[in-house]
Amino acid sequence: MRGVLAIALLLTACVSPSRTETPQITDVTVFAGSSLTDAFARAGDDFTKTNTRVRFIFNFGSSSTLATQITNGAPADVFASADEANMQKVLDAGLAKSPRTFASNELQIAVPTGNPKRIAGLADLARPDIVLVLAAPTVPAGKYALEALAKAGVTARPVSQEVDVRAVLNKVSLGEADAGIVYVTDVRSAAARVAGVAIPDQQQVVARYPIAVVKGAKDPQLAGQFIDYLTSPEGQKILAGFGFSRP
Amino acid sequence: MSSERPPALLAALAIVGVAFFILPLAGLLARAPWQSALGELTTPEALTALRLSFVISLAATALALLLGVPLAWIYARVPFRGRDLIRALTTLPMILPPVVGGVALLFAFGRRGLFGQALDAIGIRLPFTTFGAILAATFVAMPLLVLTVEAGLRSMDRRYEDAARTLGAGRWIVFRRVTLPLIAPSVFAGAVLCWARALGEFGATITFAGNLPGTTQTLPLAVYIALETRPEVAIMLSVVLLAVSLAILVAMRDRYLRAF
Repeated sequence: MRGVLAIALLLTACVSPSRTETPQITDVTVFAGSSLTDAFARAGDDFTKTNTRVRFIFNFGSSSTLATQITNGAPADVFASADEANMQKVLDAGLAKSPRTFASNELQIAVPTGNPKRIAGLADLARPDIVLVLAAPTVPAGKYALEALAKAGVTARPVSQEVDVRAVLNKVSLGEADAGIVYVTDVRSAAARVAGVAIPDQQQVVARYPIAVVKGAKDPQLAGQFIDYLTSPEGQKILAGFGFSRP
Repeated sequence: MSSERPPALLAALAIVGVAFFILPLAGLLARAPWQSALGELTTPEALTALRLSFVISLAATALALLLGVPLAWIYARVPFRGRDLIRALTTLPMILPPVVGGVALLFAFGRRGLFGQALDAIGIRLPFTTFGAILAATFVAMPLLVLTVEAGLRSMDRRYEDAARTLGAGRWIVFRRVTLPLIAPSVFAGAVLCWARALGEFGATITFAGNLPGTTQTLPLAVYIALETRPEVAIMLSVVLLAVSLAILVAMRDRYLRAF
C-alpha cells in the first residue's frame, strides 16, 4: 500500500509541472530510404527551428525494408521511399494515400578517391579486375543499377549485393570495392572518401522519391506540414544542397 | 530435487517470460505456408542458401576444432601470465555484437586492413569470398567450442594421463590416445554448439563477406533479403533454422548447462 502511494506521488510529481510549464513535444517518426540520411537530418533540424514542438525520429534503411516494416505495423508517421514500387506496397496495404513526389535522384559510379582503377563508365564495371558492389536487386538502388547496366548493355558480376545503398557506399569508401553504383547524392555526402564517375544521360535512370503520411500517424497534420515543407522552396533548397534534383 | 509451489508473483512473471519467447515463434509458425512448404524450400534461391550455409557452417566448425581444441588445452593446462585476459579476448565474440566483429575483421583482413594489405599483395582476397564467410562464422562461433572443451578438460580424470605417462607415453601420444578420447563428448558438444552458432551467423558475415547468392549468402542473409520480396521463402527458411536450433538445444540440454 505504501508502495502504491509512493508511486502515485512520484507520478503526480512528474506529470503536473510539465502540463503547465513546458510545451508539449510531439514525436514525428519518419521512415526514409537510406539515400535520404543526410538530407533529412538537415531538413529535420531546419523544420524544427520554426516548429519547436516537433522532435523527429528517423529510421533510415532500404525503402523495401521500410515498406515491409510499415505493412507489418511499424509505427511510422511519414514514409519517404526511394522508388514508387515500395510506396505502392504501402498504398496497396491501405496504409497511406496520395503520395507526393518531393525529389529525384540520379545514379553515379562511386570509386575510391583518385579513381585508381581508372573507371570511365559503366562498361568498365565488367572488367575482370574490378571488384564491383551493388545494392541487392530488392532494394531501389540495386534495381536502378541493374536498369542502368542493362541500358548500357553491360553484364556486370558484383561480388556482393548489399542491403542498402549506404552499405554499397561504405564498401567503396573502405576501399574493399573498386566501384559501386549509388546515387549522385551518396557520392556527394562521402566526397572526402569517394569520387563519382558520371553516367551519361542515355544510360541514366532517374529515381523519383514519393512521400506520404502513414495511416495512424500520431499527428497527421504535423506530419503533413513536414511534407509541405520538403516541397516548399526552403525544403527544396536543402535537398538541392545535398544533390537531389527537383521532382 | 523437490518441487515446491512458487509465489504467485514469481509464477506470473515466469509465465510472461515464457510467453515472450514462445509468441514470436508462434507468430512465425502461424505465418508459415505449410501447404507449399516443400515448394518454397526447393526454390533455387532457397536451395543455394541451404547448400552454402551447410558448407560454410561445417567448414567453420572444422576450423574451430583445429584451432579451438589446442587453445582449450592450453587454457586448461598451462597457467601463464595474462591467461585470463587472453581467454577473455578470444571469447569476446560470444557477446560482442557480430557486426562489430565483422567491422574488426574488415579492418584486419580487408584489402586495406592491417594484414589484408599483405594478403592482397600475394593475391589473397578474403572479403566477398566464401572463405571470408567461413572466417566470419568461425570468429563468432569458435568461443563456444573452446569454452565447452576447456570445461571438459578441467573436469576429466587426469589419473589416466598420469598412468599413460608412467608407462612411457610421450606428450603427444598422451593427448592423442588418452586425453582426446576422454574429452570426446565435450569436443562433440562444443562442435555441435559451434556449428549451430555458425549456421545462424548474420552480422559479421554481411559486414565482412557481403551478400552474394551462391558465394556468401547464407540462410540468415537469404531470410533477410527474401523477407521483402518472397516472404514465404523467408519464413520457411526461418522455420528450418528454428527446427535445427531447437533440435540441437534439446539434444544438448544437459551438456550445455554443464559446460558453463
